[in-house]
Amino acid sequence: MSFRVHVRVMPRAGLLDPQGQAVEHALSALGFPDAGEVRVGRAIELDVAAGSRAEAEARARAMCDKLLANPVTEDYLVEVEGS
Amino acid sequence: MLNVAVVRFPGSNSDFDALRSAERAGMRGYFVWHRESDLRGADFVILPGGFSYGDYLRAGAIARFSPVMQAVQKHAAAGGPVLGICNGFQILCESHLLPGALLRNAGQSFVSKPVDLTVERAGTPFTSGFEAGETVRLPVAHGEGRFAAGDETLRMLEAEGRVVLRYVPASEGSPLQPNPNGSARHIAGVSNAAGNVVGIMPHPERFGDPASPDDGARFFTSMAAWQPSSSKATR
Repeated sequence: MSFRVHVRVMPRAGLLDPQGQAVEHALSALGFPDAGEVRVGRAIELDVAAGSRAEAEARARAMCDKLLANPVTEDYLVEVEGS
Repeated sequence: MLNVAVVRFPGSNSDFDALRSAERAGMRGYFVWHRESDLRGADFVILPGGFSYGDYLRAGAIARFSPVMQAVQKHAAAGGPVLGICNGFQILCESHLLPGALLRNAGQSFVSKPVDLTVERAGTPFTSGFEAGETVRLPVAHGEGRFAAGDETLRMLEAEGRVVLRYVPASEGSPLQPNPNGSARHIAGVSNAAGNVVGIMPHPERFGDPASPDDGARFFTSMAAWQPSSSKATR
């Protein structure tokens, strides 16, 4: 079986996010002063071959710990499609 | 004659400067392609600056898995000296040869300019020609140079004297802007516990020309004066 996995990697809360700040300033300049607390992260999608949904999630988490996210500065969310 | 292996990744761009600086200091420099797994009897390894693999995912994250990095890990574990400059520093952090991470500059822009730094750890193979506490001026050129680490790691680095270079704070009278990237505790370079693996954001190899101040060249003359007692084991 193969599972479509969505990974969301975000800069850890509390760490300065200059990309988010730059986007917030740009939004404000474009007429969206109502935007605030902008943070920019990364979305990664992949297929994971696994025997079960739980196994796919565990594998994806291992991938995050080893490569997709930097454990020093980033947090991640893993979602597995379907059931 | 001491051998200096300069590792080239797709996207390295300070490789020739590093090679020439090593040669000017009287060492034998040569390139090692990232696909190679033999450092060919290197006494020193330099991971130069640039944008290995286009900085995909995170700066240094993909380079970590190049075949050559296995050889670099082995060289470092045997006590062999490794210097990571700029992108090389990022690769060393991603490879867990050095603690911490290098994040996007706090000022939201790429910085390319000279900065004043204090050499805090003079005992490494790359800084032995300096006095601890000496101030040097070197160029920086990076978009992701903000050193970050957990509080516990930062305390450990300070307590063990592993901060190699630190940006000079403004209050000490530097005419240059202090801390160009918002690094934690103004850290510009760190070492591993043994001191043989060093990562720095500034580019000494860009001040390696005889016409420039010798602050950069002294990193390479330090190397040339080093006694390679421990690295022979890796030959």
